[in-house]
Amino acid sequence: MLKQIAVYLENKKGKAAECCKIIKDQDINIEAMSIADTQDFGILRLITSNNEKALAALKANNFIANIVELVGVEIPNQPGALAILLKELDEDNINIEYLYSFANDNGQAQIGFKTDDIEKAAALLKSRGVKTI
Amino acid sequence: MANRYFNKEIETMSHSEKEVLQSERLVKMVKYVYDRVKPYREKMDAIKLKPSDIKSIKDIYKLPYTLKHDLRENYPFGMMAVPRKDLVRLHASSATTGKLTVAGYTQKDIDVWAECGARSLVMAGASENSVVHIAYGYGLFTGGLGIHYAAEKLGAVAVPVSSGNTARQIQLLKDFEADIICCTPSYAIYLAEQMQLMGIEIGKDIKLTGGLFGAEAWTDGMRKEIEQRLGLKARDIYGLSEIAGPGVACDCEFETGLHFQDDHYFPEIVDKDTLEPIGYDAEGELVITTLTKEGMPLIRYRTRDIASLSNAPCPCGRTSVKLNRVTGRSDDMLIIRGVNVFPSQVESTLLEFEGVEPHYHINVDRINNLDTMEIVVELSPSVKIDEVKTIEIMRKELAAKIASSISVSAKITLVSPGSIERSEHKAKRVTDLRKLK
Repeated sequence: MLKQIAVYLENKKGKAAECCKIIKDQDINIEAMSIADTQDFGILRLITSNNEKALAALKANNFIANIVELVGVEIPNQPGALAILLKELDEDNINIEYLYSFANDNGQAQIGFKTDDIEKAAALLKSRGVKTI
Repeated sequence: MANRYFNKEIETMSHSEKEVLQSERLVKMVKYVYDRVKPYREKMDAIKLKPSDIKSIKDIYKLPYTLKHDLRENYPFGMMAVPRKDLVRLHASSATTGKLTVAGYTQKDIDVWAECGARSLVMAGASENSVVHIAYGYGLFTGGLGIHYAAEKLGAVAVPVSSGNTARQIQLLKDFEADIICCTPSYAIYLAEQMQLMGIEIGKDIKLTGGLFGAEAWTDGMRKEIEQRLGLKARDIYGLSEIAGPGVACDCEFETGLHFQDDHYFPEIVDKDTLEPIGYDAEGELVITTLTKEGMPLIRYRTRDIASLSNAPCPCGRTSVKLNRVTGRSDDMLIIRGVNVFPSQVESTLLEFEGVEPHYHINVDRINNLDTMEIVVELSPSVKIDEVKTIEIMRKELAAKIASSISVSAKITLVSPGSIERSEHKAKRVTDLRKLK
């Protein structure tokens, strides 16, 4: 399973920057991130080189943050790879709450996504021959 | 003008005659509450004051004050001076801790209130030929029913539309050809805006000539805007549910202050810190004594409204003392869209709600002439959030809880722990951006 930190951001200028600086000050690398934004607030999702340490630093600075597990999969970095994955998830009736992607060093695309039953989703994907991380 | 006064004899009574009337009524009232209402008897006994010590209206300052706290302590019927069978109606408004402040009326109390309301309607130019469109809320709130009985007392046609459903309001104003409208000033402006959008012609489709507006603070600027946009004369009416609803005071066409119906409700202004009575034309807390009320008489009731009184003569011929516009409150009560709201009510709702802390700030503003309320509250450090919908559901649930607690809808903004300023003394919980001066 893939682990991420989810951080609640008030709709205030500089909040995302403040959050990134706290992580930088701990010498932690941000490997992937996405922001869900609404008119009134945002949720920042991060995968870092040391999630536990980053979480402790954020909490110490009064951020609302917690660690959430995602289903992580690795797919070829080529046209149509994500389309095939999403079609398979749909066939298995797995509903995605949110998803984001990032690249690894060996050129593969990595996908992290949230669903209501991540254990079941990971097992189903494995049985279809998808590489999970 | 059809009739200038509703009750000429009383409304134009000389000061000396008025004083005799007030004195007779006060002496009787003090004896009445001493005999019938335990909290008054206890307060007077505590300072060794006997009913016979009150010989005229000039002795009123000797009497102890009555506070909203007393009403709450004696909830619901402890302040009533008559058995329940003699009451004919109960009204109620918000109090600080969730309990309501109750006021009980006998038939005579309702009649007196209607009479004072009728005097106010006449000041707005109404007569027995009028159609009075009442867009105040009907219910525990005194606005709707108060004006309703006043209109009937005057012999006019009362149209009990109540609040809301603006399209229907406009339709009925047109179809029934109302000449008088009663509602909150902010709703009057909202109505005018909607009429403009619908292409309604003022003067042709709408034939309003006068209106009574109250239950929330407003400015002369708003008065001019209402008069211009609705083509009527706007009168300022004052009331409070503990004493009686709208009609305790109202201004006439000369706008020299609100004529206080001081044959029934005797006003004083006291220093808001020392509570010493202060004279005319100085600002302080308004204190009211009911001179004739049977159901729930109030002796020197501290309204918490900051205002001043004047006894300068008015060209209209009315001789009453006049109330200058209420400019604020000596407690933290807010009036939002005509509804009384105490920050402590918001606080107790937050305390019961999981996921937020009781660290909050209330922002009040007036946008497009309607009051808005935002509650900024801190999330608990332990809440787990990674999806937008978690927050949206939380905001929706909290907004529903707040609305049911204070009867006003508010926007909820959730912020990180520690973002609300902490104070060692009394926290500043409210920012009111409504420009009222």
